[in-house]
Amino acid sequence: MFYREAGDFKTSYVDDSQTFPIKFDRYRYYVVLVVAFGIIPFIINDYWANAILLPFLIYAIAAIGLNVLVGYCGQVSLGTGGFMAVGAYACYKLMTAFPEVSMFIHVILAGGITAAVGVLFGLPSLRIKGFYLAVATLAAQFFLVWLFNRVPWFYNYSASGQINAPERDTFGILITGPNASAWATYMFCLIFLTLSAIIARNLTRGTIGRSWMAIRDMDIAAEIIGVNPLKAKLSAFAVSSFFVGISGALFFALYLGAVEVGEAFGIQKSFLVLFMVIIGGLGSIFGSFAGAAFLVLLPVVLKVVGADMLGWPTDIVAHLNLVIVGALIIIFLVLEPHGLAQLWRVAKEKLRLWPFPH
Amino acid sequence: MKLKLTTLALGAMMAAGPVMAELVMPSLSYRTGPYAAGGIPFADGYADYFTLLNERDGGIGGVPVRVIECETGYNTEKGVECYESTKGEGALVYQPLSTGITYQLIPKTTADGIPMHTLGYGRTSAKNGNVFSHTFNYPANYWDGASGAVNYLLEENGGDISDKKIALVYHNSAYGKEPIRTLEELSAKHGFELILLPVDHPGQEQKSQWLQIRRERPDNVIMWGWGVMNQVAIQEAANIRFPMENFIGIWWSGGEHDVLPAGAASDGYKALTFHNVGRDFPIFQDIQEYVVDAGKAAGAGDQIGNVLYNRGLYAAMLAAEAVKEAQEIHGTADITPAMMRDGMEALDMTEERMASLGLPNFGPTFTASCENHGGDGMVGVVQWDADSQTWSLISDFAPTDQDVLGPLIKADSQSYAEENNIPAQCE
Repeated sequence: MFYREAGDFKTSYVDDSQTFPIKFDRYRYYVVLVVAFGIIPFIINDYWANAILLPFLIYAIAAIGLNVLVGYCGQVSLGTGGFMAVGAYACYKLMTAFPEVSMFIHVILAGGITAAVGVLFGLPSLRIKGFYLAVATLAAQFFLVWLFNRVPWFYNYSASGQINAPERDTFGILITGPNASAWATYMFCLIFLTLSAIIARNLTRGTIGRSWMAIRDMDIAAEIIGVNPLKAKLSAFAVSSFFVGISGALFFALYLGAVEVGEAFGIQKSFLVLFMVIIGGLGSIFGSFAGAAFLVLLPVVLKVVGADMLGWPTDIVAHLNLVIVGALIIIFLVLEPHGLAQLWRVAKEKLRLWPFPH
Repeated sequence: MKLKLTTLALGAMMAAGPVMAELVMPSLSYRTGPYAAGGIPFADGYADYFTLLNERDGGIGGVPVRVIECETGYNTEKGVECYESTKGEGALVYQPLSTGITYQLIPKTTADGIPMHTLGYGRTSAKNGNVFSHTFNYPANYWDGASGAVNYLLEENGGDISDKKIALVYHNSAYGKEPIRTLEELSAKHGFELILLPVDHPGQEQKSQWLQIRRERPDNVIMWGWGVMNQVAIQEAANIRFPMENFIGIWWSGGEHDVLPAGAASDGYKALTFHNVGRDFPIFQDIQEYVVDAGKAAGAGDQIGNVLYNRGLYAAMLAAEAVKEAQEIHGTADITPAMMRDGMEALDMTEERMASLGLPNFGPTFTASCENHGGDGMVGVVQWDADSQTWSLISDFAPTDQDVLGPLIKADSQSYAEENNIPAQCE
C-alpha cells in the first residue's frame, strides 16, 4: 500500500535517477524537511536543543563522514575522535584569529583543514588494509590528542589547556557562546547536516562513489578494471575527514562551548561514532542518521524513564545503559550486520505489500 | 452537564493548585566510571545533609529542599544534559564536581543567572567576583592548594627549600594543569626545582612517571590526581619505596579509598584539605538519628564520615547557609536563583555559625563579598595513619601566599574579561 512504484511514471532520466524515486517516499522526505526547518525552530527550547537535537545533528554529520570511509570505501578507521579534534582546534584557532569572519566560513575551513590532515593519515592505507590500517588510524587518534595537549599554541597558551568558544555570529545572529539562542544553534547545525547529507548522497552514487565501492568490494579487481586506488582511497579519506572535521568544529563551538581534548575527543569518541555507523548500517546515509539518533537518544530515554519516572538510582540506570548498548552491538552484528538501515528497507518492502502479503 | 464542567474545572484547579514551594538543589553526581570512588561519598554527603535539614528542621526556613540527582559520569556531554534538564526545575545552585564541566558551565550559568559553587575545584580565577559574577569557589582554590603545599614544605624545612627538587604528578587535563603556573611562580620565588610529570586519563598506567621519579630522586612529590589515578600513584610510590611523608596530594587525592588499597605501605601519606576530617562532630549524631536510622541515607549509606563524604556535607552546608542569607536579605522563604546569588555573596562563615550547626572548627572562617568569591584560601594538611585507618589534621588551616596568587588571579580573570567583553561587576 505504501512505497509502491505502481502508477508513478517517469518521463526523463533526471526524474528516474532522483534520490527518492517513489512518490510516497519523496513526500515523506519533504514533510521531514518542512518539520525540521519550518516547525521545530519555533517550538524548540534549551533542553531539546542542547540535550537531544544538537548532539544528534552533530553526531549524524560525524557518522556520515565515517560511513563514507568505512561503509563505502571499506577502510576501517579508529581515528574519528582525533579528526574531530582537528576540526575543533582548527575552528578555535580561526575563531580567535579572525573574529569578524562569519562562522559558516570558519566551520567550512575547519573541515578543509581536517581533510588535509585526513589525507596525510590516509597515506598508509595505500599499503596496508584491514586490522593493520585500523591500528595506523589508532596511532593518528593518539598522536593528535597528544599534540593538542602538548603544544600550547593550539590552545592559545591558556593556563588550563582548555579551549573556550567565544561569542561569534553569522549574519548578525549569535551562533556560539552562552547567549546564542536555541533555534539559531539548531538551524546552523541543521543546515550543515542537510548539506552534508545531500553532498554525501550525490558523491556516493556518482563516479567517485562507485570507485570507492569497487575498492571496498575487491581492491585488486577494481584496480584491474581501471579504478585508481590512490585517488579513490585518498579522496575517501579527504571527504570523510571533511565531514568529521565539520562535526568536530560544531561539537566544540556550538554544543559544548568548552573542550578538553583528552576528555571530549578521546578513543571512546572514535568507538562511539563507529558504533553509530555499525548499528545504523554500513554504506547507508540513512543509517548514519538512524545510528546517531539511536545512540544519542538511548541514554536520554533510559534516564528519563529509569531515573526520573521510575525513580531508580542513577548509577543503576547508567550501568544499564552500558549493558544495553553492548548487547545491541552484539545482536546487530550477529542478526543484522547491515543495521537499522536494513531493518528500514525490510519494513518498506513489507509496507509495500501490506495489507495483502502473498 | 454543568455539574460535570464544574467538577472538571475544580479538578483542574486542584491539579494546578498552589504549587508547593521548594528549594531545588541539583546534584550533578557520578556514581559510575573511573572517578566514581570519589563521586559516591561526595554525592552521599551532599544528599544526606539536605535530608537531615528536611527531616529535622522541615527544610530551610520552613521550605523543604528537593535534591535532584543526575549522573554525569564525569563526562562533559552528560553534564550538559544534566544542566539543561535540571535548570528548568528552578535549580538554585550548581555544584558539578568536575573542572571540565565547570569550564563549560561558567558562561552558561552566568547567562542563565544561576549561581555555581565549585568547592575547591574549577577555574581558580573565578575568585575574582568582579569578572565572574555567578561563579563561587570559596573557601579555597587550586592555587591556594599549590601555595599551601609549598608553605608546608617551607615550614618543615625551616623556611629554605632552595636546594629542593619537587615533582608534580598531575592528571593531564584542565584540572591537573591548574597548579602549574602557580608552582612555576613559586619555584622562581623560593628557588626550588620543579619537575612536571603528566598522567593521562584515567591514570591506571603510571610506571614511566614513577620510574622517572626514581631516576630524578625529587625530595618531595606533589600530586594532582583524581579517581583511580590516586590509588595507582600511591601504590607505585610504595613500590619504588618513595618515603610517604614526602608525598603530598591535593585534597582530591586524600580520601580513604585512595590510601586503603596500598595497605600499610601508605602509612604517613599526606594530603591538603580545607575542611576537617573524621566524624567527631555533633552533627553526625543527628545524621545517625534522622537520616541513617530512618532509612533515608543516600547510596549504600556506608560512606558516612569519610573525607569526601564530609566534603559533600560541607558543600551542602555552605549552600544551605547561603540560602539562609538569601532568605534574610530578601525577606522571603521561597528564593530564586538570583536571590541565592546574593546570599552566596553575603555569606559570612564564622566559628560560632559552624558551632551552632554542629560542625565546630569544621572549616576555615571566611567572608565572601562582591569582589571576593573565593574566601581567604586557608589550607591545612592531613596525614594518613594506616594502623588506625584514620586521617588526622597535622597542620591547621593556614594562610597561603596571596602576594603571588593575587596578581595571577587578577591577570587570568582580566584576560577572560577581555576575551568575553565582561564589564566590571562590582561598583
